[in-house]
Amino acid sequence: MPQIRLENLVKKYGAVEVLHGIDLEMANNEFTVLVGPSGCGKSTTLRMIAGLESVSSGEIYIDDRPISHLEPKERGLAMVFQDYALYPHMDVAQNISFALRLQKRPKAEIAAKVREVAEIVGLTDFLQRKPAALSGGQRQRVAMARALAKDSGIFLFDEPLSNLDAKLRGQMRAELALMRQKLAKNMIYVTHDQIEAMTLADRIVVMHGGDIQQQGAPEELFKKPANKFVAGFLGSPPMNFMDAELQQENDRLYAKGHGFAFALPEQKAKTLGKTEGKVTVGIRPSDLNYDDTAPEGAGLNLNVRVAEYVGAQSVLMCACETSDVTVELKSETPIALGKTLRFAVRPEGIHVFDRTSEVAL
Amino acid sequence: MNGQLANRFTPYIFMAPAVLIMGIALLYPLGYMVYGSFREWNPSQNISETEFVGLKNYITLFFDAAFRESLAVTLIFAVTVVAAELFIGVGLALLLDRNIRGMSLLRTLFILPMMIAPVVVGLMWRYMYHPTVGTINRTLKSMGFEGVDWLGQHALASVIVADIWQWTPFIFILALAALQSLPRSALEAARIDGATAWQQIFYIKLPLMMPVLIVTALLRLIDAFKVLEVILVMTQGGPGLSTEILALRISRTATEFRELGVAAAMSNYLLILLLLLTLGMFVITRLQEKRAARLAKMVQEES
Repeated sequence: MPQIRLENLVKKYGAVEVLHGIDLEMANNEFTVLVGPSGCGKSTTLRMIAGLESVSSGEIYIDDRPISHLEPKERGLAMVFQDYALYPHMDVAQNISFALRLQKRPKAEIAAKVREVAEIVGLTDFLQRKPAALSGGQRQRVAMARALAKDSGIFLFDEPLSNLDAKLRGQMRAELALMRQKLAKNMIYVTHDQIEAMTLADRIVVMHGGDIQQQGAPEELFKKPANKFVAGFLGSPPMNFMDAELQQENDRLYAKGHGFAFALPEQKAKTLGKTEGKVTVGIRPSDLNYDDTAPEGAGLNLNVRVAEYVGAQSVLMCACETSDVTVELKSETPIALGKTLRFAVRPEGIHVFDRTSEVAL
Repeated sequence: MNGQLANRFTPYIFMAPAVLIMGIALLYPLGYMVYGSFREWNPSQNISETEFVGLKNYITLFFDAAFRESLAVTLIFAVTVVAAELFIGVGLALLLDRNIRGMSLLRTLFILPMMIAPVVVGLMWRYMYHPTVGTINRTLKSMGFEGVDWLGQHALASVIVADIWQWTPFIFILALAALQSLPRSALEAARIDGATAWQQIFYIKLPLMMPVLIVTALLRLIDAFKVLEVILVMTQGGPGLSTEILALRISRTATEFRELGVAAAMSNYLLILLLLLTLGMFVITRLQEKRAARLAKMVQEES
């Protein structure tokens, strides 16, 4: 399975530069997810790899072979589109076999291949249907089958699940994860949905404003976000951010803000490389816990305003003086709305970012 | 109760003026023509003084060599121009369906001929085709060729060329609109599936444009059967009967031969022909709608 490498990839539309030199390496048989908000350049990057967008400067290599000047069909890849991109006038079997028919493969081989991939995606009973007679989920499967039939080593997905309703999306996500285990292919998947990114990826590449913010395993990005953007983008509900100042007191380093003061773990304080100045403290909603006894420096008082019950978990919208804080906890925790309660902070869950550069400290 | 009644009748009241005008301007003359086609009718006579002759006018026409020749000329003209216009119009649309500088200006220029009044088009081409002072022959001669007697020996072909010049833009803009409404991603998928530019045209673009192209072709065909002004100005149907299309023959029968009944019967023949085409178009659109509805129902029943 081929290795893909992007080298200083730049995309310009007229005078506007939308990708500012992307460097990225995708190893053999890796599931890479490009994730970011709309307009971050993730789809553009994918379309440049596919050959649907021209490369302004830089180069794309597949197995060390530069391919940015090649036509899409010469790059040997398969792609699943956001709106499925099925051929409306062909039935399912014809859709799946289109690439093979263009290659003038023997009829028997094509028929066998169509049966095989239809089996994989569960479309055997629908081969004679036109796309208009299929539901959204089935169309999605046809798109998947069409890509599978090509037997190419590289699979590109451009937000393949975003047109499905929530329930179907969850189901297809699971099927995709299952399929991924069976297929030794290099997959590049674009999404704006961080849950898809976290659940599917071997490696997540977070993009923002035409730049890569951070890349790595999902767990690594979740636990050690490189900057405030990555920290806020991954995780749901999103991370809380509060303005604070670093202060040295009694041999310990504190992050103090309006209504709170956290003592940073000594290990972290040592590696922080900074002992004073303005910072932003980030705490995930799940790193806060209802605890009356939380001592000074390890907790904060929150006024509970709204409680959103979402089954096993509840999400509390709280206020800590001037800043809003979200807390996620087990639903059985007794909480009274409008009361000010004390919450403990998990010491490892305290993230500190430079206030101006927003880089993690 | 009263309000409800008023509500129910409101749409009809709003439609009434249009229906009235349709009745006066369309149905009344049409009925008059059908009535007249069964009578021996000279323009000097009032219709009440005319004699009822049954199907005589229709039968006479059926065996009239001149009428049949005129019908053949009309068919050749209509089929040839529509085929050529489709070919050129769709070809142009496929070529110009891209974003390059100045394309919108070019598109506007391409559709200009359609906006010129047919009489003007006829006059223009008549001057261009003129055997001695016409642009075309003068150009030919300056390049050392013999002049061609365009409106003499090659009258029908010359008339066809003029019509193609004027009406190709009509097919062009509709084909271009159809092309631009095609799903972009399906074409991108075809590129990734390995389709060359030609294969994209033949396997994806043309099949997807087909519904629009069929209706466009039928519209043009209906129009081409009724063509009059351009030919009237260019050749008056001549030389001989070589370019005498039906509309021209009808007008000559009524004015020159002073046989209103026969002219009316001829008009009815043309009307029947056009009705068949319109019916064909109607059936095609209905079939498309039905198919879409059936497919949508299939999905609904399952979910």
